[in-house]
Amino acid sequence: MRTDIVFRVGGEGGEGVISCGEILTLACARMGLEIYTFRSYPAEIKGGPAMFQVRVSKDILLSQGSEIDVLVCFNQEAYDRHAKDLRKDGKGMIIFDSSSAKPGENINAILYGVPVSEMAKLELRNYLTKNIIFLGILSKLFGVDFSIMEGIIREKFGKKGEAILNLNFQALKAGFQYVEKNLPKKDECQVEAQKNENRLVLSGNQALALGAIQAGMRFYAGYPITPATDIMELLARELPRFGGTVVQAEDEIAAIGMVLGAAFSGAKAMTASSGPGIDLMTEFLGLASMAEVPCVIVDCQRAGPSTGMPTKTEQSDLRHAISAGHGDAPRIVMALSSVEDAFHGMIRAFNYAVRCQMPVIVLSDQYLAQRTATVRKPDVTKVAIEELRKPTDAELEHYKRFTITETGVSPMTTPGMKGGGFAATGIEHDEDCELSYEPDNHRKMSDKRWKKLNLVLQGPDLFKRYGPLEADIGIVGWGSSEGVIREAIAKANDKGYRVAAFHPKILHPIPQELGDFLRSVKVVIVPELNYTGQFAKEIRARFLTDVIQLNKVAGLPFTPNEILAKIEEVAETCLKQTHHHKV
Amino acid sequence: MHPVWCPGCGDFGVLTCIYRMLATKQISPDNLVVIAGIGCSGRLSGYVKSYGFHTVHGRVLPVATGVKTANPGLEVLAVGGDGDAYSIGAGHIPHAARRNIDVCYIVMDNEVYGLTKGQGSATAPQAFSTGTTPYGQMDEPLNPIAMAIAYDIGFVARGFSAKPKELTDLIIQGVEHKGFALIDVFSPCTTFHDTYKPISQRVRFVGPEHDPTDRVKAFQLALEKETIPLGVIYKHERSPFHERSQQIQEQSIAKRGKASVDEILAQYQ
Repeated sequence: MRTDIVFRVGGEGGEGVISCGEILTLACARMGLEIYTFRSYPAEIKGGPAMFQVRVSKDILLSQGSEIDVLVCFNQEAYDRHAKDLRKDGKGMIIFDSSSAKPGENINAILYGVPVSEMAKLELRNYLTKNIIFLGILSKLFGVDFSIMEGIIREKFGKKGEAILNLNFQALKAGFQYVEKNLPKKDECQVEAQKNENRLVLSGNQALALGAIQAGMRFYAGYPITPATDIMELLARELPRFGGTVVQAEDEIAAIGMVLGAAFSGAKAMTASSGPGIDLMTEFLGLASMAEVPCVIVDCQRAGPSTGMPTKTEQSDLRHAISAGHGDAPRIVMALSSVEDAFHGMIRAFNYAVRCQMPVIVLSDQYLAQRTATVRKPDVTKVAIEELRKPTDAELEHYKRFTITETGVSPMTTPGMKGGGFAATGIEHDEDCELSYEPDNHRKMSDKRWKKLNLVLQGPDLFKRYGPLEADIGIVGWGSSEGVIREAIAKANDKGYRVAAFHPKILHPIPQELGDFLRSVKVVIVPELNYTGQFAKEIRARFLTDVIQLNKVAGLPFTPNEILAKIEEVAETCLKQTHHHKV
Repeated sequence: MHPVWCPGCGDFGVLTCIYRMLATKQISPDNLVVIAGIGCSGRLSGYVKSYGFHTVHGRVLPVATGVKTANPGLEVLAVGGDGDAYSIGAGHIPHAARRNIDVCYIVMDNEVYGLTKGQGSATAPQAFSTGTTPYGQMDEPLNPIAMAIAYDIGFVARGFSAKPKELTDLIIQGVEHKGFALIDVFSPCTTFHDTYKPISQRVRFVGPEHDPTDRVKAFQLALEKETIPLGVIYKHERSPFHERSQQIQEQSIAKRGKASVDEILAQYQ
């Protein structure tokens, strides 16, 4: 019996493809299984090809998978579009609407045809029940709990009235019974209920927003942009209940301006956007560095440049995040690596911001932002939250806002504090915040501002290392590719390759330990979802060592097999060559 | 600290009027935030011994929105020039008006970019010939008062730095106004565009016959060509942004209870 199953549902937008996938996902999660979804949208709001993928397993899942086990085709186009991604060994399945689709004659797969459109039209007299009929089919074929599905349908359709609810129950039953009567099971896939407690099903954006609230964020300003908007929507709903405010700004410049104002007032404040919006924020980013204002800026990356492909994923904003703006402006750049890390990562982001009194840019991407996964429920009581270093009464007596200290961090007052007044400014200033163009002062204050970066390189959670302690090949990826890389190196290690991975959580400044890792392996592969190899360039510049780039530029995430293929190729070419040279 | 402004600059007068307002209103420097833009007038935040934020060019209003919303107990004064307010930052004015942020915005309008040595601004007259417009300004000047009334800003006034008594009174009223107040102040630049004389000859104070709550009459005043009316041109009250934000907080807590992250997480089980 196979219990690690990748389902993909394809059809026309508006046919209920997405809700079919969502109900399947939630049902599996409620059965105690691990789930990992993958979303890739067309740009159209209505119509256009729709797709939903979910991988289900009883074991922890690290990626969306490489190949599809079960392809559900609502129409012929879905078959034509997705059949190529089906597993090649003949054990994949195609569940299709036999009244509207016909698989190719040479397809090497198990076929389950059901006249779904006909059933919807003739039996149920409502074409919109198609997706629920498919759910009934999936329930019977793979053992997805029927009553759990009924429960989810009740939650989803209950508000629409008894008639609609009953129609959907009938549709679910119709699909189930059709399989029972007509389709003997020909495959070996089955889902089994597991005992897993304290599991949540969260999207990257949801986890990120909740992590920010947990960190103490109480002021959010933003401007809608794909794929970051869900963050603002969740916060708009929940933040007022924490006494916080969400402002929909007139543009991203205003959004970050409001964030700086709120942060100056003492609130933990953030904004979230995507490439085009982050571009607009750059001038304020410099001010935040110069005036030492703690704030958090989330970039849910999408394919660029310019408008690019707004609904597709990419990791191409790294260099912008590190260096955006004129002048030498320090900031911290982090990358979130998984849904679970999105929650905890945001807490670290706010801790860094208040600890260093500087902007923190948090990189996410469409792939992470909009996928859901099962995560362990975080124990919020165990999360350490840092607060701003405010001056003591004694320090307030002759208060200087930018007093030079050993760490570079000066105690910061916020308006309302007696005797703590100062006028923050983007003009170069001295310790007492008086404007200064003196040559020595510019050096001294630049030192002070940059020195603070050292404070993030101490402490845990700077990176993760996976794989054997001694390895020939090292993989250095970043951000949302973490799970895919882990799965790939596990497969590679099974095949006998000695591969380990180093995954930095903070990309600027780069953790020292990356240097040790680079020296410990013979060859390094840097997989990135961008054209130019942005992190590869940073590594070369920082450590004066070359790496092999693996760049995918498709608007889609890596699959484990793509990374595995590169490992095999590198093992064949580079390692043998290295060996040869040594001989 | 002595201001860097040129002798005779109108901004001295505006600064003095702000000091007088602070003294009259007994506003504690610990509780005051002066937010300033970029330009000659933008340096003003450094000349008031309180909290201040000298921001980037044109973004005074977003920063003021954040400061006031995050801590509504603060007195927030926004200051800047005509370049800041009506050129690079003009897009923020209608939105500050829609939100009705409880901030008094004093625009020191001299029709010229002084800090870059004398180019025409959005309020410069068309004939104005400068280094970047040697054949005269091609663009027509905008009318900030008519614009402010069109945006329905709750308090719209015009002052003159050479009339400090009246200007102090306008600033006091602007600060007392609950909501967004915009005061356009003629603050001449003696170095690049000395308009003291022509402005002095044309200004007149609006008398008690003007009803500032009458929007149509206010527009008529704003569009007047012969003289320049000074005083409160348009005025009406509605609830400011931070109060609505507080209401939403209270209502959502009343309806759904105080939240904890733990409880929200549990919804995703």
